[in-house]
Amino acid sequence: MANVRLENVWKRFGANEVIRGIDLEIDAGEFVVMVGPSGCGKSTVLNLIAGLETLSDGDIHIGARKVNDVAPKDRDIAMVFQSYALYPTKTVRENILFGMITRGASRAEQDVALASVTELLHIDMLLDRKPGQLSGGQRQRVAMGRALVRNPDVFLFDEPLSNLDAKLRLEMRTEIKKLHHRLGKTVIYVTHDQIEAMTLASRIAVLEGGEIRQFAAPEVIYEEPEDLFVAGFMGSPSMNIVKGRVVRNGRLELEVTDAEGAVRFPIPDPLAGPAGRHLGGELFIGLRPETITRQGTQRPGTNVFAFERAIDVVEPTGPDTMLVFSLGGIEAIGRVHPEDKAPADTLFPFEVNMDRAKLFDPASGKRLR
Amino acid sequence: MSEAQGIVRPKTAASTALRWLLFAILGLFALYYLMPLIVMVMTALKPLDEIRTGSLISPPRNPTLEPTVRAWNSACVGVRCSGLKPYMLNSILMVVPAVLISTMLGAINGYALTKWRFRGADLIFGLMLFGAFIPFQVVLLPMARTLGALGLAGSLWGLVLVHTVYGLAFTTLFFRNFFVGVSDGIVQAAKVDGAGFFGIFFRVVAPMALPAFVVTVIWQFTQIWNDFLFGIAFSAGDNNPATVALNNLVASSTGVKEYNVDMAAAIIAAVPTLLVYVFAGKYFIRGLAAGALKG
Ligand SMILES: Nc1ncnc2c1ncn2[C@@H]1O[C@H](COP(=O)(O)OP(=O)(O)O)[C@@H](O)[C@H]1O
Ligand SMILES: [Mg+2]
Repeated sequence: MANVRLENVWKRFGANEVIRGIDLEIDAGEFVVMVGPSGCGKSTVLNLIAGLETLSDGDIHIGARKVNDVAPKDRDIAMVFQSYALYPTKTVRENILFGMITRGASRAEQDVALASVTELLHIDMLLDRKPGQLSGGQRQRVAMGRALVRNPDVFLFDEPLSNLDAKLRLEMRTEIKKLHHRLGKTVIYVTHDQIEAMTLASRIAVLEGGEIRQFAAPEVIYEEPEDLFVAGFMGSPSMNIVKGRVVRNGRLELEVTDAEGAVRFPIPDPLAGPAGRHLGGELFIGLRPETITRQGTQRPGTNVFAFERAIDVVEPTGPDTMLVFSLGGIEAIGRVHPEDKAPADTLFPFEVNMDRAKLFDPASGKRLR
Repeated sequence: MSEAQGIVRPKTAASTALRWLLFAILGLFALYYLMPLIVMVMTALKPLDEIRTGSLISPPRNPTLEPTVRAWNSACVGVRCSGLKPYMLNSILMVVPAVLISTMLGAINGYALTKWRFRGADLIFGLMLFGAFIPFQVVLLPMARTLGALGLAGSLWGLVLVHTVYGLAFTTLFFRNFFVGVSDGIVQAAKVDGAGFFGIFFRVVAPMALPAFVVTVIWQFTQIWNDFLFGIAFSAGDNNPATVALNNLVASSTGVKEYNVDMAAAIIAAVPTLLVYVFAGKYFIRGLAAGALKG
């Protein structure tokens, strides 16, 4: 086990600044997920930690060691690559043992390591096959086996599940979580899938444009997003974010106007202070779909606000039904129980939990608090 | 016929007739293409008097291997009357090292240019590619001076050097195009596994490149074996490769022109390239399909 520390890390490809001054402190044994849209620099950060790219600026420490100039093989890391990157001409056994053979491990050591890994991953019967003869899930396991057999301090995963079908992805996700539980090693895991991030991480780092927008526990990222980007990126379906005007109507309200008329969301007390400073100006309000339901269905005592809107589209997903309605120029989504749904084009009585509403400053994008 | 594979087409008398017409035309083209070879083989098998009396395309009445044997070990090439045999040996001694060295260097170049990207890699590749388009006549004189300075003028090793140098542009191109399609992740994984530049090349990447090796070897073998220009310019007398000797053999017949011996000699000189195609052709097609020759 080892902690990993990134200090003011920069990476430039020519004039292209891909990583722009990242600081990250990952504790030993932690499962950190880096998440962000494609092209935001996730793989680059991972490659920098692995030593597959050189730093343009800054320092990387693994454990007590500064590893800026340490070769990948000497960093005590193992990496699982996005496309598995198995050696196509080698058998599964040779794929898994390649690193040990290169390091000159004895036959006895190889056998012990191979046995423990194949048992853990249930790939004993695949050992003599070539990667081309394996299914996607099996390849994934072999790639994990190749990393596990190194018994490293830090595991690096680059979108390891993105090439699997939905069912297998779920299975492997659970399996990775179990493995982490069992081995207790530090894991840095890259994905563009925010659900994967939420389910796996002890802490999530949200990346955008080569910068870390927020680094916090999943619940914090979800309920207390730092800014509009994090709020919009995490969550599926994503948060309804709509612009309104701060007005005083006895209480402080956010007035959202469109062709169907105005909806005046009461601003909850804890936000009254910061929102008051924008009186007469505009703010974004963020409402998660699951906080918008049919009137009278939320837990008693919840600070709800009721309003009516015409339903544009009904999208059943099984456990819940998504009701799409227009609000302030966007397609907003409410998430109701299937038995609460109503046909499209009818007026629907919604209520929203205002305690979970977020407000954002349109100029800076930051959440008000 | 409902079990035939492919796109469903309506079957009418007209389409069947068209189909036969197509086969007939294709057959004609094939015959036209094969004609020179047929004439060569038949002529090589005829005794001289039969050539004089019969027509070009009549099959041999008394086939004989005597002209072939003569071409192999007793026909006169210039003043030396020992057939093509010693010159075939020259060609083999030239072609084997030249093919092996140029293919190996091309593979390492292609690997370095794609998987160990360094500043200026694209420029270097561009310049090497340019080498593939240099007309060889342009380099004859400077190369002659260079070989002279190296003390390799007129020798087989001089030819090996020339063919290696001018083959590099092509071999590098073939391998670069193959390795561009190999995932960088594989090389990165091998780096994390602790392998170095040559470790990754020999143990991971080269085994994957078998189709590229086959295409390159065939290409280089055919180019170098069939080369005449460098052979006649840079080798002297007993060091001539088979192509140059063949020319001298045909040119140096005195009195009666022995067409049968000339034809047999031409066939002998062409056999090695044919053999390479026969044994490696399957891989050649596969390599082409895998994009080894695409730009
Ligand atoms: N070797 C490279 N040379 C130039 N640009 C690169 C290189 N590797 C990555 N980039 C650029 O860096 C950015 C981030 O890439 P990457 O880290 O792969 O993103 P992600 O993994 O988040 O999708 C992209 O815009 C990509 O084009
Ligand atoms: Mg990536």
